[in-house]
Amino acid sequence: MGTSILIKNLTKRFGNVVAVNQVSLTIQPGTFLTLLGPSGCGKTTLLRCIAGLEDPDAGEIYIGDKLVFSSAQGINLPAGQRNLGLVFQNYALWPHMTVFKNMTFALEIQKMPKPQMAQRVQESLAEVQMAGYDERYPREMSGGQQQRIALARMLAYRPKVFLMDEPLSNLDARLRIDMRAELKRLHHVSGATTVYVTHDQIEALTMSSDIAVMKEGVIQQMDTPDRIYRCPANLFVADFIGSPKVNLLEGRADGANSIDLGKFKLAANTRGATGHIVVAVRPEDIAVSPTAAPNAIEFKAYSVLPSGADSTIVAQREGLEVTVRVMGNSKIKMDDSIWLTFNADLLNLYDKASGNLIVSS
Amino acid sequence: MAFPTTYQPSFSLQLLAAWRRFMHWLTSAHVILALLMLALMVYLILVPLYRMIETTLTYQEKDIHYVPEAVTGEFTWFHWTRMLTDEIAQVMTYAPLQHSLVISIGATLLALLIGSALAWMAVRTDMAGRNVINTLATVPYIMPSWTIAMAWTVLFKNRTSGGSPGIYEFLIGASPPDWLAYGPVPIIISSALHYYTFFFLFVSAALMSIDSNLEEAGELMGASRWRILRKITFPLIVPALLSGFIMTFSKVMGTFGGPNVLGIPVGYYTISTMIRADMGLGNYADGFVLAIVLILFAMTTVYANQKVVGTRKSYETIGGRGFVAQRTRLRKWKTVLTAGVIVFQLIVAILPLAILAFSTFMLIDGEYTPSNFTLHYWIGESTPTISNGVPGVLRNPDVYKGAWNSIALSLWTAFFAALLGVLLGYAIAKGRGTRLSKLVEQLAFIPYVIPGIAFGAVYISMFAKSVGPIPALYGTFALLVVVSVAKHLPYSARTGVSAMLQVGRELEEAGQVAGANAWERFRRIIFPLTSPGFISGFLMTFITTMRELSLIILLVTPSTQVLASMTIRYLENDDTQMANAVIIILVTLVLIGNWLISLFRGGSLKKGLGM
Ligand SMILES: Nc1ncnc2c1ncn2[C@@H]1O[C@H](COP(=O)(O)OP(=O)(O)OP(=O)(O)O)[C@@H](O)[C@H]1O
Ligand SMILES: [Mg+2]
Repeated sequence: MGTSILIKNLTKRFGNVVAVNQVSLTIQPGTFLTLLGPSGCGKTTLLRCIAGLEDPDAGEIYIGDKLVFSSAQGINLPAGQRNLGLVFQNYALWPHMTVFKNMTFALEIQKMPKPQMAQRVQESLAEVQMAGYDERYPREMSGGQQQRIALARMLAYRPKVFLMDEPLSNLDARLRIDMRAELKRLHHVSGATTVYVTHDQIEALTMSSDIAVMKEGVIQQMDTPDRIYRCPANLFVADFIGSPKVNLLEGRADGANSIDLGKFKLAANTRGATGHIVVAVRPEDIAVSPTAAPNAIEFKAYSVLPSGADSTIVAQREGLEVTVRVMGNSKIKMDDSIWLTFNADLLNLYDKASGNLIVSS
Repeated sequence: MAFPTTYQPSFSLQLLAAWRRFMHWLTSAHVILALLMLALMVYLILVPLYRMIETTLTYQEKDIHYVPEAVTGEFTWFHWTRMLTDEIAQVMTYAPLQHSLVISIGATLLALLIGSALAWMAVRTDMAGRNVINTLATVPYIMPSWTIAMAWTVLFKNRTSGGSPGIYEFLIGASPPDWLAYGPVPIIISSALHYYTFFFLFVSAALMSIDSNLEEAGELMGASRWRILRKITFPLIVPALLSGFIMTFSKVMGTFGGPNVLGIPVGYYTISTMIRADMGLGNYADGFVLAIVLILFAMTTVYANQKVVGTRKSYETIGGRGFVAQRTRLRKWKTVLTAGVIVFQLIVAILPLAILAFSTFMLIDGEYTPSNFTLHYWIGESTPTISNGVPGVLRNPDVYKGAWNSIALSLWTAFFAALLGVLLGYAIAKGRGTRLSKLVEQLAFIPYVIPGIAFGAVYISMFAKSVGPIPALYGTFALLVVVSVAKHLPYSARTGVSAMLQVGRELEEAGQVAGANAWERFRRIIFPLTSPGFISGFLMTFITTMRELSLIILLVTPSTQVLASMTIRYLENDDTQMANAVIIILVTLVLIGNWLISLFRGGSLKKGLGM
């Protein structure tokens, strides 16, 4: 039921700022694509270009097989003719209209008959579990309820593409987690192609079928959540994804299967790489032992931070700091000696100069 | 030979793309509106200014009297040299300019003193009756600016200008000295008492918005009260003071009423009264030279102020955040100061009206005895021996006509100003950041720096003759509406932009995504959300237009008289009582209007004052 979106070399400038820089994307029908990146990286701008609310400087956008924007041909289809729905960060519910009026606005423009319209409203309200709220005004509802109504307003006219700009960012933490499940369900049921903007990586990792990580208007990597987490294409993505953060250790590879980190050497599958490299290892991929073990390296527990389900240990050795995550409540005390084992198969190696992945785990 | 390998779209394809992009841009609603507004403002502001400058640079028909070889319509520096370097320039230009500056600076400083002192007491002390002070402070500004001047003459006039004695002379027996009766001193005082409201409102808003933590921080460090006032409070209200300064200064520069009532009898001309005199003699070009000089002065002050305060601050009032600041204890001074302030305000707000009203009951001007009491000037039939047979104002069809004209003018102006506010607001707010939007906004700002009387002068030159399809509007009621609307453009734009900006752009974009066209979005989303702002703007415009004089004095004709201009005409015919009665009617209408506003928004004049 969804439709594909194809973006070619899209560029949007604001004065000197290049908000979206030569972006090319193919979004398959029914995909849940998340645009993820730090503040100001151009996520919203890209989304608004797709929606037709922004006038890009160059490139092409197809929705389905319809060309909706082309700078070369001077085509720019108005937002209303692109058959897509948009949920704004602040919901943008019209404050002077009831929920019902908010939801029928688009249907009236499509000249839908009245009885069908009322039925559509009831259906959509039910889909977001807000049945019975049709006569409320937006200010008479809580933030979470308004959020659902914003979704329902979009669902009511059954667009082929859902666009959402940080729809959960104004909700409190609990509600945000509940809504993630709801949104994912909604996407599953409707099958609409969804482009979702967030700077919350957990949201991205949990909900998406694909993630596009952006930095300064450029897409760094577009992949499945698992690949984004496991095999970040460059140091930026590696560093941006994951909490606690990935360990980045600088060293030299000399062609043999080991990396010289200065104070000690690390066994790794370098596959012939040489020169300055950066080793990336996720905190949960390091094994910890309170006693000496073969091939383990001795560290000191600088700080131990239990958080219930798991514990984070900050370990130090001769000025080198490594973060480790272990399941459960760790028995390790601060200032204890600990032995860390780095699994050579779980290391990603990056070229120091370019920051690009050279050897993936 | 090498062939280019990269794909190059053909020239005609590129042209087609460029054309489509252009049409896409051109057909977006806010661009269409902005272009329309641009055209309108070029026509209402730039063309008249150009025509005015052109007139000063060409020979006019009358110039043949001065320059025998003058050919009407030929280029000449004659008017400029005459007004700026000839012997006559001293009388025609430099003396009036000097007077205008003296009055403007004097009145502004006095108003600053009164306004900020009252503001400080009302906001920052534990004085009693602060609400009363707040309310009374706006009253003088609501009244026409020359009300106090007229009351002043009733009180202090002497026989220098011939005619009858004032109340002062009648009571004291001695004639008040000239400096007290006419000229700069009374003009400065009467203007300051009218305009102190600006300072009062700006400074109290600024004082309220200062986070008292800033001052408390100073206090904790052991600074003395005086030091805190000087080092912390004062710098924080400087922008407000400068805003008040610039507004008052440019208003007084262009004010006509006060200098006309108090200056003319002793030949104390300001630029504004001199412009009127020139126009009366048919020396348009001379008047225009003065108008240009006036505009240059006003512009210089506004831009100097913007350089100092930062762009556009002067043009915005400072929104109070309403901190409850710590109040200075007045202790034993409390009663005395409270009483003093309120008595002062009552005198300023009420005494002028009382004096004017009193004078209308005196059959013979200057004789303040019970036997002289009469209702003739209100309800008397036409009597040939009194006022050349003009009947009392309530029986006088001219007065009804004038009142009706005043109301009609105010209604039309308010209507068009609100309409243009909507259009300008949309065009500017929607295109925010684009050059077109900035251009429209800047053009709309121009009338702000053109003093009222000069703006009126500009319109004489524009609409004296018919140009193309536009008829000669001079002498018509429509011209009064046009000039009032045009002068009001900065306020319209401001109201419009702020109303539009309050509606987040997402609200409109949500409509766009839902498929609504520009008109539907406007009708169903933007207009319902912005209309309260426009309605209060409408009411505000209504009462400001009602008491406008400087702007229209050059443009009214006997058939288009409004109450404001009638007071001046009666004064000039020496019908003092009639003039005073008319101004009381005018004040009554304005007060009714103001009362309606307060009903509508349950608030004070503050929000839209003078803006
Ligand atoms: N209307 C605009 N005018 C000028 N610059 C803009 C405009 N909109 C965005 N920008 C700039 O473009 C860049 C990208 O902005 P964008 O809003 O797309 O970022 P974002 O990734 O959505 O950030 P956030 O996570 O903070 O919402 C920023 O540098 C921003 O300052
Ligand atoms: Mg954003």
